Amino acid sequence: MAVPVAFFGLFFAYPVAAITARGLKIDGVWRFGRIGDVLAQSDIRHVLWFTTWQALASTALTLLIALPGAYVFARFDFRGKQVLRAVVTVPFVLPTVVVGTAFLALLGRGGLLDELWGVRLDTTVWAILLAHVFFNYAVVVRTVGGLWSQLDPRQEEAARVLGASRFAAWRRVTLPALGPAVAAAALMVFLFTFTSFGVVQILGGPTFSTLEVEIYRQTSEIFDLSTAAVLTLVQFVAVGAILAVHAWTVRRRETALRLVDASVTARRPRGGGQWALLVAVLATIAVLLVLPLAVLVERSLDAPGFGYYKALTSDEGGIFLVPPIEAVGNSLQYALAATAIALLIGGLAAAALTRRDAGRLVRGFDALLMLPLGVSAVTVGFGFLIALDKPPLDLRSTWILVPLAQALVGVPFVVRTMLPVLRAVDGRLREAAAVLGASPWRVWREVDLPMVRRALLIAAGFAFAVSLGEFGATVFIARPDNPTLPVAVARLLGRAGELNYGQAMALSTILMVVCAVALLVLERLRTDRTGEF
Amino acid sequence: MRDAKLELVGATVRFGGRAVLDSVGLDVAEHEIVSVLGPSGSGKSTLLRVVAGLQPLDEGRVFLDGRDLHGVPAHKRGVGLMFQDHQLFPQRDVGGNVAFGLRMHGESKGQQAVRVRELLDLVGLPGARERAVASLSGGEQQRVALARALAPRPRLLMLDEPLGQLDRSLRERLVVELRQLFGELGTTVLAVTHDQGEAFALADRVVVMRDGRIAQSGTPLEVWQRPADAFVARFLGFENVTAATVSGEAADTPWGKLPVPSDARQGEVDLLVRPAGVRLVPAAEGLRCTVAARTFRGTHVAVRLQPEGAPWLEAACALRDAPETGDEVGVAFDAAEIVVLGGARGA
Amino acid sequence: MSTTRKFTAVVAVTGLGLAALAACGSSDSGDEGSGSKTVTLVSHDSFAYTKAVLKDFEKESGYKVKVLKDGDAGTAVNKAILTKDNPQGDVFFGVDNTLLSRALDNGLFQPYEAKGSDLILPQYRVDQDKHRVTPIDSGDICVNYDKAYFSKHKLAPPTSFDDLIKPEYKNLLVTENASTSSPGLGFLLGTAAKYGDDGWQDYWKKLKANGVKVVDGWEQAYNVEFSGSAGGKKAKGDRPLVVSYASSPPAEVIYADPKPKTAPTGVADGTCFRQVEYAGLLSNAKNTKGGKALIDFLITKKFQDDMPLNMFVYPVREVAQVPPEFTKFGPAVENPETLDPAKIADNRDEWVKSWTALVLK
Repeated sequence: MAVPVAFFGLFFAYPVAAITARGLKIDGVWRFGRIGDVLAQSDIRHVLWFTTWQALASTALTLLIALPGAYVFARFDFRGKQVLRAVVTVPFVLPTVVVGTAFLALLGRGGLLDELWGVRLDTTVWAILLAHVFFNYAVVVRTVGGLWSQLDPRQEEAARVLGASRFAAWRRVTLPALGPAVAAAALMVFLFTFTSFGVVQILGGPTFSTLEVEIYRQTSEIFDLSTAAVLTLVQFVAVGAILAVHAWTVRRRETALRLVDASVTARRPRGGGQWALLVAVLATIAVLLVLPLAVLVERSLDAPGFGYYKALTSDEGGIFLVPPIEAVGNSLQYALAATAIALLIGGLAAAALTRRDAGRLVRGFDALLMLPLGVSAVTVGFGFLIALDKPPLDLRSTWILVPLAQALVGVPFVVRTMLPVLRAVDGRLREAAAVLGASPWRVWREVDLPMVRRALLIAAGFAFAVSLGEFGATVFIARPDNPTLPVAVARLLGRAGELNYGQAMALSTILMVVCAVALLVLERLRTDRTGEF
Repeated sequence: MRDAKLELVGATVRFGGRAVLDSVGLDVAEHEIVSVLGPSGSGKSTLLRVVAGLQPLDEGRVFLDGRDLHGVPAHKRGVGLMFQDHQLFPQRDVGGNVAFGLRMHGESKGQQAVRVRELLDLVGLPGARERAVASLSGGEQQRVALARALAPRPRLLMLDEPLGQLDRSLRERLVVELRQLFGELGTTVLAVTHDQGEAFALADRVVVMRDGRIAQSGTPLEVWQRPADAFVARFLGFENVTAATVSGEAADTPWGKLPVPSDARQGEVDLLVRPAGVRLVPAAEGLRCTVAARTFRGTHVAVRLQPEGAPWLEAACALRDAPETGDEVGVAFDAAEIVVLGGARGA
Repeated sequence: MSTTRKFTAVVAVTGLGLAALAACGSSDSGDEGSGSKTVTLVSHDSFAYTKAVLKDFEKESGYKVKVLKDGDAGTAVNKAILTKDNPQGDVFFGVDNTLLSRALDNGLFQPYEAKGSDLILPQYRVDQDKHRVTPIDSGDICVNYDKAYFSKHKLAPPTSFDDLIKPEYKNLLVTENASTSSPGLGFLLGTAAKYGDDGWQDYWKKLKANGVKVVDGWEQAYNVEFSGSAGGKKAKGDRPLVVSYASSPPAEVIYADPKPKTAPTGVADGTCFRQVEYAGLLSNAKNTKGGKALIDFLITKKFQDDMPLNMFVYPVREVAQVPPEFTKFGPAVENPETLDPAKIADNRDEWVKSWTALVLK
């Protein structure tokens, strides 16, 4: 417990508090009056309103579209399932700059909808909502589907035998068991969309602005730190409130679940209804997720003989001191470091949170762990700058700051993914191990770890992929010139010229492939042994 | 200083104000097999958890080999605990489960292998080392759980409903095996069960618990012959328990005047009439009853008799003599099978 | 069981790694004292150079140069101001004329007159009494046009701000949000310079009536909406006019394969606003000697010659070479709009606010 608390205190709470205080303390005097002033502005209130409702709408839409997907992935067995599960996760980790461009191909001028029905959704709020679905589809599929696949289908069968209709059985038996996972997924989606930045900027145009965008503008462009501080506080309070509600609902629903091996719950679809569902889900994935990705690939190949890819290995052109392809190596290194940190911190936190005697304080920490997801990357980046500037913590110009910042975002994933499973582990197994002479640490290693290996792998996959595509924290942290993939893509896109654009598409494709491969490896790992649960 | 292997003194555990263990004192001697018997909620599982160090005491002390266990964590107590539903580690094979405790105690691979083989032979599962636990039957799981608990040579072995989930015939066979095994090994055992048959067959001494307190403690024979009170008697399965007023050699009961032994306690008491003490006689000769039901119990038939205006009675009849349901019979009572219970009246 | 062990190993390695990293972190910060041979340059993400050129400087001066990139131009300046008491480096490069006053007013730089600053073209010189900053490069923000579109429609491309509000150019221009994009702001400042404090709002009203489209960043404007760029063509962009840089047409040639004979895009040279980037010695620099040497280097002919094709900017030094691609495929912008940095500082936020209310609402 001490390690995660220290980690979050040092690398999150302290920097954010420092930058917020800097904004609100003018000439040594606290100016809390600023809060009222800022909130009285009508544009700020408009931003607040828009931020909230688009997040609610996005979350609802994502659940609506992705829950059938979660079901299909959990319960059906079909060819290419592993690959597909990796593919749907790829959007989640792509930088928004790239995705925005690709997504326009679907919704924008000359896009699929335009060609088929003459519908254009770019610069409408629909583009934002659908892009949010695109990004967060995997969150629901993995979080909910992961648990769903391990729920014993006989429970539902028992309800059917007792006279419940198929839907009633699902609603009365499966849904309550899935409740915490659905809540967790919904919470994450809400957090991501509430703090949405790139998507809103690119697809919404300048007329739509979220709190996050406004904080970025006030900090980075206008340099009005006090307004930024007020907005940071507002976002903090909002996110805190959401997390509190979430913690409350989850606690009410927590039950020890009987988990079974995922491989025995999945069957080949039977009957017209099931096939139709499978086809519908696959079609949704194809149009909403695969098509925009395919556009990227297509554009990266738009030069004869893989021209754009070849250009990546040359160090001419000067945007980079090294060939752009080395960004792949940089990204992998950062991502591995960030994943390791996230697993360590998240694992320790999850273990502490699972303890039966965990008090109210510790459980409160559960919710606090999620806060980094709700705080603007620019706030954290600027906070690092003024908070971590004295030895022994002068980390400002060291490379470790980047994985640390990325881990901050990765830890909540690890905790979120592992907690439900850890809490579902039968406590008496731990007792059995303790009585046989295992110390608490050995108990965790010998009992929990093997049981949650699957969850851990999923968590690791997420943390890794998130770090790989992480853009916000990375660009707001000063770093020596070893660009990560997303940074390199952004830099290439930031210049005129066909080769730059083509290389950006090629690098994006590589980023996509690296993510997909990483995720696919995890998929393999998690099914190469049977009888884990 | 202390002779007992295990000693509990004033052990008290409260869950939100309610005492689950209420000042329990208990000694278990070296090599003794003690069964704790009681209905669910009587605190018997909590008792085991307290000894194992899984449940902290609110008051009182636990001594093992004369050493105060206060503050000693579960993994350092050196006791074995076999869980109710075995709690085998699902991700390990049989050998991995049995070797677990040995690994925790840092024994070498070679020693582990030897001991695992030894134990699997002992519990009658030679060659099962590499089997997955999911492939085991209930009885086999029980044996593996036992081997696992025994492997690190615990100073005290505790069994929580060891045979609870098994079917009757298997249970009866295993309980004999267990007793034999513990006798050979000289293990000190504290077992918890709700099944009196199991407890009596297994134990040197039976402890009956009720509401967190010990209601009676004694050899199986003592407890069986002289239940401490109406609760214990009913828990042991006796049906014919009633309030009575004893004066001289007769007791006044709802079933009329019953003969009692001459040394019986006088005054208001609880009275137990063993089924064997309920003799059937022609309808005109005794207490007039209707046969309400019959249950075959293998060697005899339990007959439920409904007297007019009194609680029903259970009688044990030979198979041949058992009356038909609906028959009118008379009942006479046998003083030798009537016990005046020791506890407070009406308990 | 082997998997369990593997995971334990991972966790253990992570722990060790963290400890090691913490150790690295603290030792790293120790070697930058005043006598240090390392000089640190803080800049924005667009800073670029040829490796060999910097190597030469290191060899000649004996200093090792560490480059820190700190976000986009605005972010980097703001961060530098925020850390001025304990700066991350010795020299800051990349504050432009739109943000210069913010940097100077906040005391970001200490005076230093660079060797060779007498060779800087006079029109770029600022702060002549205190010499807190040294101009390094310049560039022009101008409307670019898609040549193919205008020849296909037999229409003359616009050349001036006035042209852009004419009906024949209705619904053709895309620009960037002035509050989040550097070229967007430059274009706004250009109109303010051209039409004055009173006139620019009126101009923008007309521009809005003429169908100007505003997107958030240059990437969207240029790579998605603009029909003349490589990216925009693929994205089926339908705006043949975009606010970009005077150096964008040469870039369209240089970064094409095969290279075309002429640039696919052109520049409306009467719509330009000049941007100048400066470098300065940070106020609490630890290695002032090294910092001074580095600033001197930035205006040497060697660096000034190397700079244009790396950052797509123009040199500020008299004798520096402008790459032939620039003169061949791009215009020489003769009379760009300019504004006094002090005036920008006074009005910037107010203008952006009015502009937002006027154009975006």
